Amino acid sequence: MAIFLQNLVNSLQWGSFYALIALGYSMVYSILMLFNFAHGDIFMVGAYIGVGVSFGLLALTSSGILAIPNWLILVMTILISMFLTSFVGMIVERVGYRPLRNAPRASAAITGLMIGIILETGNLILLGARRISFPSLIETATYDIGGVFLTNKKIMIVAVSLLLTLALHQFIRRTKWGMAMRAMSFDFVAVPLMGVPVNKVIALTFGIGSALAAAAGILFGIAYPVLDPYMGVLFGWKAFVAAILGGRGSILGATLAGFLLGFTEIFVAMIFPSTLRDLIAYSIILLILTFRPHGFFGEPYSAQLRL
Amino acid sequence: MLLSVENLQVSYGNIKALHGISFGIGEGEIVCIIGANGAGKSTTLRAISRLVPAQPGTRMTFMGKDLLKYEPDKVVSDLGISHVPEGRRLFGNLTVMENLRLATFARKDPKGIAEDLERVFAIFPRLKERENQKAGTMSGGEQQMLAVGRAFMSGRKIMLLDEPSMGLAPLLMKSVFDSMKEINRTEGTTILVVEQNARMALQFSGRGYVLENGRLVLEGRSDSLLADPLVKKAYLGG
Repeated sequence: MAIFLQNLVNSLQWGSFYALIALGYSMVYSILMLFNFAHGDIFMVGAYIGVGVSFGLLALTSSGILAIPNWLILVMTILISMFLTSFVGMIVERVGYRPLRNAPRASAAITGLMIGIILETGNLILLGARRISFPSLIETATYDIGGVFLTNKKIMIVAVSLLLTLALHQFIRRTKWGMAMRAMSFDFVAVPLMGVPVNKVIALTFGIGSALAAAAGILFGIAYPVLDPYMGVLFGWKAFVAAILGGRGSILGATLAGFLLGFTEIFVAMIFPSTLRDLIAYSIILLILTFRPHGFFGEPYSAQLRL
Repeated sequence: MLLSVENLQVSYGNIKALHGISFGIGEGEIVCIIGANGAGKSTTLRAISRLVPAQPGTRMTFMGKDLLKYEPDKVVSDLGISHVPEGRRLFGNLTVMENLRLATFARKDPKGIAEDLERVFAIFPRLKERENQKAGTMSGGEQQMLAVGRAFMSGRKIMLLDEPSMGLAPLLMKSVFDSMKEINRTEGTTILVVEQNARMALQFSGRGYVLENGRLVLEGRSDSLLADPLVKKAYLGG
């Protein structure tokens, strides 16, 4: 029982990363019917920006310009990096996708893959092939609860990702920008007739998705401090699977699917040799999609693309 | 002239949909364009809303401003040209209230918005009853009311109505047209309606144009068009 609970705790943390990244895929897909295949690499860029921001803040505190405790540095790192990374996402949209708005979807998909490669190799050129470590901002504290080990980091990672998801949900439900996003997912071309500046809504969607990916990147860096330029590739693909599994544009779906993915991977590794982990875990996902091709909460309609 | 269209040409690929049509609408008028399916009626409205590009040589002005310089969303938010598209195109996943609110996205006058909302509910009490219902679950007549209400909220110097009678029973059709007439009378909103239902459109409007294969072939006061033997033969069933 303790082993089960321990794995459950671990899969909650692991699933948090997938869930946060999946939200960005899902949001963009729901309004543009486009998969932003550069999104996994934006997660990577976010993590690196997080490293830069935290080292910057650490330097400011050690030189005495800024007098703040480390936990506040972490909070500020997350917020500043989310803000900065949102611009990376908006630039990707502006430069990569907007000119292809009316091009075949395959062109946009290929563009996404190319942008991903540019971000990876750009990172290599800028920082070289050495691996970079995320600074240790908070001490790990371990709590033993009946044989299940919880760390303050694990609790924080799960809590922050749930908090951000909840904030996004409220944003989409309650604000006019969120309302515009929902309208665009239903009927893209009718939205400008409401006086809604669609390009701004699209830019914001990319921005928010990228900010969430940056948060995932930093949380990942806290749990697994060694970063490399290709960290976003496999992660991105898996989060993409979570977005599909969750259903088009569904926040709840993407979150649940992200956690389910983490859960499946970790429990498969608990029972089977870990080399078979992805094979078995993703066969299970494939099986689910066979029976629910629209995902958990997706609806079988497609947005109207012509007026 | 409130809206002046000169030599409007639109092509879809190699197919020319409008061969340079010209017309004008004065403030407070109700004008209709009638014509058969595929004559170019919807294209005309889409060109005014800047949803489809007009070809070089086209001139369109609204209140003296060059329409061709405006993006589709600015046509609505800056100029007050609202467009009720063919098939209504409501956001079925949003509630009635959200549909109306979305139409005010670019407006920055909360007081005016609240007043307009009251007016829409006064014209269409049914919408008030259905406030929190998803737009997609309403009947065709209610959806058309919401489509007009939404256009009312987005800005209403002029309303472009694309086939408002589509899919409505005759009585409902009449009540929708009556409501629009009321909006025209009380708010001074200019209305341009395109219709396949020529009789309804001509009874409702003051002036009319006949569009055939991308060309305006006839124009005049609606009552004289109703009596015109050619119009009678082609559009009013003899």
